[in-house]
Amino acid sequence: MGNDEKTKRVVFVTVGTTCFDALVKSVNSDSVKQALFEKGYTHLLIQMGRGSYLPTKSEGDDGLLAVDYFTFSSSIADHLRSASLVISHAGSGSIFETLRLGKPLIVVVNEDLMDNHQSELAEELADRKHLYCASPQTLHQTIGDMNLSSLLPYTPGDATPVAKHINRFLGFPDD
Amino acid sequence: MAEILKMFVALIEILKLPVIDKSNGSNFSSVSSVAVFSSAIFVVTLILIRLLYVIYCNSRPLSKRASKPVSTLIILGSGGHTAEMLNLLAVLQKDRFEPRFYIAGATDNMSLQKAQLLEISLIAENATRVPNTAQFMKIYRSREVGQSYITSVWTTLIAMVHALWLMIKIRPEVILCNGPGTCIPLCAIAFIFKVLGIRWSSIFYVESIARVRRLSLSGLLLYKLRMADQLYVQWPQLQHQYPRAIYVGRLM
Repeated sequence: MGNDEKTKRVVFVTVGTTCFDALVKSVNSDSVKQALFEKGYTHLLIQMGRGSYLPTKSEGDDGLLAVDYFTFSSSIADHLRSASLVISHAGSGSIFETLRLGKPLIVVVNEDLMDNHQSELAEELADRKHLYCASPQTLHQTIGDMNLSSLLPYTPGDATPVAKHINRFLGFPDD
Repeated sequence: MAEILKMFVALIEILKLPVIDKSNGSNFSSVSSVAVFSSAIFVVTLILIRLLYVIYCNSRPLSKRASKPVSTLIILGSGGHTAEMLNLLAVLQKDRFEPRFYIAGATDNMSLQKAQLLEISLIAENATRVPNTAQFMKIYRSREVGQSYITSVWTTLIAMVHALWLMIKIRPEVILCNGPGTCIPLCAIAFIFKVLGIRWSSIFYVESIARVRRLSLSGLLLYKLRMADQLYVQWPQLQHQYPRAIYVGRLM
């Protein structure tokens, strides 16, 4: 078992508080599971949120990935920390939590959302090489083509410029 | 600005004509109606001038140096919006921005809890100083996700009245907000208070980091209607598109 733990490489999938069946379906597909397996991942853990599509659980006996899922958890941070790869919906909360932990991240944009401004952020961060951006249909390709060593670490932002502007506007002296 | 006034004067001239024609009969009621009408015009003109003055003063730094703390209303948006706001609060000088009032949407259970945690940690830090207690309030939202448009007319009315009640109670000197829609009624009322001279509050809006290419609807409203004194954006592209916005880099 100890040896197993060492070689355990978990892919954590999170949809946050949304309903994103297309992503759950996509990661549950053979093509995505095959691509992940070929990249050396051993476990697939899916946080499926409010979705209704249930992935197929597996112990990994068939020589492929072990698959497990749950709806919500108060310990998302722990799951992120123990993951080797994170596949997330495009919510800014999930994105920045993962980036701050320095985990490789693939963001899958929900194309069914009406006002899809969320893709803006994911695409911008993908352009800056902080993460990969995919759609449910192209996820298996993204996994196959990805090169995690080319990703750049994300430096967390800083709110002090805003505070400075506000202080100056109100006439408070600079520190 | 002068053109708007000219147009307005022209409009008054046009409106006056039929009234003067009627007053040829020179009976008392038409004379008084002329008086009512012209005083109404007078009041409207005053309000318009005041409105232009407020718009002119907005986005100009306050002239007097701040010497004492300012009462601050913090509007928490939910989810990622709240996370960004808490990052800003973490670096703001708490002794300058007090007392603090927090408002979150009625269906948002997480945001006020997080703000309460922040305030509790502040009390723990400053055990020696008597802290100004923060207040936490919830506001009705004009429209929940998926609500029908017919019922949302009614709920919008209730939300506006509730927002007015809260603003009368708080009358903040500073408003910090970063979307989404929850902040619009409160900012609109704050702007009306400015025009009516009830309270001069400085409105600061930070556009969400999720907005890279276009402002959100809330941001766009506050920008176009010049309701926000300062509007901050977190991506340089946005600043190029909306030149009056201020680029401040990422908060997350």
